[in-house]
Amino acid sequence: MSGDWWPSGDSPSRGAFGSLAQSTLTDRSIEMPTWEILRRVVLLEDYNTRVVVFAAAVLGCAAGVVGSFTLLRRRALMGDALSHATLPGITIAFMIVTAFGGNGKALEWLLLGATISGLVGTGVILALRNLTRLKEDTAMGIVLSVFFALGIALLGVIQQMPDGHAAGLESFIFGKTASMTARDARLISLSAIVCLGVCLMLFKEFKLLCFDEGFAASEGYPVVALDVVLMGAVILISIVGLQAAGLVLMIALLIVPPAAARFWTDDLSRMLLIAAFLGAFGGLLGAAASALFPRLPSGAMIVLTCAAFFGFSMVFGASRGVLIRRWRRRQLNRSVAEQHLLRAVYELGELAPPSNSTLRQQLLGKRSWTKRQLDWAIRLAERAGWVTALPQRVTLTPRGIVEAKRLTREHRLWELYLIAYAETAPARVDRQADRIEHVLEPEVIAELERRLEREQQQVPQSPHELSEQATRDPTTGNNDKGGSP
Amino acid sequence: MLVTLAALNLSWELDGWIILAAVLCAIACAIPGNFLVLRRMSMLGDAITHAVLPGIAVAFFVSQSRSSLPMFLGAAVVGILTAFFVDWIQRLGRVDEGASMGVVFTSLFALGLVMIVQAADHVELDPGCVLYGAIELTPLDMVIVQGRELPRAVLILGLLAIANTVFVGVFFKELLISSFDPSLATTSGISAAWMHYLLMVVVAVTAVACFESVGSVLVVAMFVVPPATAYMLTDRLSWMIGLSLLVAVLSGVLGHISAIAVPSWFGFQSTTTASMMAVCSGVFLFAAALFAPRHGIVIRAGRRYLLSLRILCDDLVALLYRLGEGTNEARIKMEGAQESLLCQRLPLVLAARLLVQRGDVSLSDGHLLLTSQGQQRAQNLIRSHRLWESYLQDQAGMGADRVHVPAERLEHFTDSRLRGELDRETNTATTDPHGRDIPAEVDARDR
Repeated sequence: MSGDWWPSGDSPSRGAFGSLAQSTLTDRSIEMPTWEILRRVVLLEDYNTRVVVFAAAVLGCAAGVVGSFTLLRRRALMGDALSHATLPGITIAFMIVTAFGGNGKALEWLLLGATISGLVGTGVILALRNLTRLKEDTAMGIVLSVFFALGIALLGVIQQMPDGHAAGLESFIFGKTASMTARDARLISLSAIVCLGVCLMLFKEFKLLCFDEGFAASEGYPVVALDVVLMGAVILISIVGLQAAGLVLMIALLIVPPAAARFWTDDLSRMLLIAAFLGAFGGLLGAAASALFPRLPSGAMIVLTCAAFFGFSMVFGASRGVLIRRWRRRQLNRSVAEQHLLRAVYELGELAPPSNSTLRQQLLGKRSWTKRQLDWAIRLAERAGWVTALPQRVTLTPRGIVEAKRLTREHRLWELYLIAYAETAPARVDRQADRIEHVLEPEVIAELERRLEREQQQVPQSPHELSEQATRDPTTGNNDKGGSP
Repeated sequence: MLVTLAALNLSWELDGWIILAAVLCAIACAIPGNFLVLRRMSMLGDAITHAVLPGIAVAFFVSQSRSSLPMFLGAAVVGILTAFFVDWIQRLGRVDEGASMGVVFTSLFALGLVMIVQAADHVELDPGCVLYGAIELTPLDMVIVQGRELPRAVLILGLLAIANTVFVGVFFKELLISSFDPSLATTSGISAAWMHYLLMVVVAVTAVACFESVGSVLVVAMFVVPPATAYMLTDRLSWMIGLSLLVAVLSGVLGHISAIAVPSWFGFQSTTTASMMAVCSGVFLFAAALFAPRHGIVIRAGRRYLLSLRILCDDLVALLYRLGEGTNEARIKMEGAQESLLCQRLPLVLAARLLVQRGDVSLSDGHLLLTSQGQQRAQNLIRSHRLWESYLQDQAGMGADRVHVPAERLEHFTDSRLRGELDRETNTATTDPHGRDIPAEVDARDR
């Protein structure tokens, strides 16, 4: 569905910095910019560059903030649908104004038409979502395709109008970043201020709308009206962005910086700041890169810069990035393995005669772990100073004994709790406690102690029979533990 | 209709092929589209048609020509990759599906744009052709198959439609189960992931092939709108696919006709077929959303209104009955009834007229009176109400002050069998928790 196939007006030979060398079909080399050009771009000496860079940055900033809300509302593609839905409005505005003898291409009329059309599109999406069984994505797909098709059908008619110079009407939604004028920049700034103002004023309401729509409704917030205001902000920023920067760029600015920001934080206000910063910086860098290399279209460069930010954030994001999640997972796995080992050594040592060391062979039978897993756990625990390992034997260090006692005690407290309060059979509590013991908070332990009246710091007796044989692996969830083997 | 058709002066030689191509394209897209709609991935068609640009650019650089086979292959490969990227980013980064699509298709599109601009001075990629679709040009590009002349688009789209039909026919059970319950599919030995990827491949190839032949406008519309229309009309997947095909075919035929006819009403010549097809399917969807027999907005609202009217009728006769119990003056003015029932004027007038018509209530000098038939209806209703109150107190342990509201709701849906049941459960109670008499059952068939 692309009206954006060709960057109309965003021609590579726009000649801001001299003409292109004649190139052959296969010549795809990129000329390196000279120092002169570099200096002029970095210092923003050219009026044209200044306008484009400034407008792109402001647009990226505002779109980042508005887009954050739509992203959290799980409507990332709303900007896509609504941008396409503006086309019939533009064509109808053109037809009406022309029919009354005005200049059909006057920006204000086209903007008005686009806004009305976008609002109608929003209304249809919300109506389909709220009143029928269709889901949000289907509603967006319907509005996007049908509205856009209507616009194109009308364009087909406009081309036959006697005084309809429809050429250039399409460029209204396909954009022309590089030839942005000061007027476009002013319009973008104005809309950005309005959008940011609305988002700041309705911050609390939008936050509630994004995270718990039902709760917002039950608290008496006008959910549908807020929804319309939010979508109105999307439409406003999209429309000014569209005619200045193009459809795909606009969609990207609404989606990519917020999605990247999401990897860095779980806090909404911080996410808004990061998204705004990424959007602005992406716009700035992309526009500057395009000014440096005359053959790179600015809109596409902005998108690619933002995409690079996204890729970086996805991998390195401090809160939800891939690496940090992997690392957290690994830490958890390690501590679980260590804790399992300590408790296994302790429980085997409890058997007569009491000791704090045990044979590796016995440990292997205690849980369903492989030799490699056991060796890994022993290595981890040895490095942490909980145990000393000999080729045959594993012995708890004094620190290890304290830790193992604590773990075993917590495990058994939970087991006792399950027996006393959840009416779980003693034969079944081991597995459940095995899962939860690693994440019990001190407050929970204190509560357990209070309820079970076991405030003295000793390890209670195991409520079920301990055995040297393997209790099955709790994570694979094989059979129930049949009491004694 | 015939007159209009004749006036359009359709030439079957040309328009026949165009309509055939349009219909085949609509069918090819609508079949996999059903699963996109069910899996909440309706925007994937849009994402793929944007994202194929770098594939086309690479194909162009490699083949140094604009012939369609390399372009098709390049686009198809990138289309499939798009679907996989979306899935990959969604799972690896735990991003929302829509956001993942947005990131992937905008980035790929921008990449393709940068690549194409490098050779822009020499490439004439006509935006109009891709955008509006060259479906009108279908009859101009003929190929010869077994001695018969066929438009190339018809051949490609025909094969595609057949392939998609076979795909859904063969994997119907697997697609059904993995679309509605992926974990059940996995436990039954069907890999939901593989079905997903297979479907993605089908969608990507369909999108690219259709969009090469008929333009991109049509692709998204035909992926989403006919299945969504069918989804409004039925709850069965097989019916849904059938109906979506019907809508697709009708949009194809009517789309072409209206592309020629509608502008002529305003004195213009024809507009593009592809866009009018999408608009026609939109009209079908609109009609289905409003008037679908079970899920339509208007129908549902109407059914709700009728039900509320029936309940109001019940409440009115019950009010008259209760008045008769207390004062032997079982009559009330409209204004009084409105005040007692806390309802709007219009529905009350409607309800009263309905009751008069059925002979439950008569009007005498502005007062409403129960007839003997109405008395019977009211008696059973009050009996239901008070039996429920006793039951809720005895068996559900609710306080006497709390039983009225639920009884008020349940009374409208209680028939004589249920009343018999309640009677037994409450040991044939004669008074309700508030001490009022429970009237005897009246056999409605006797009257």
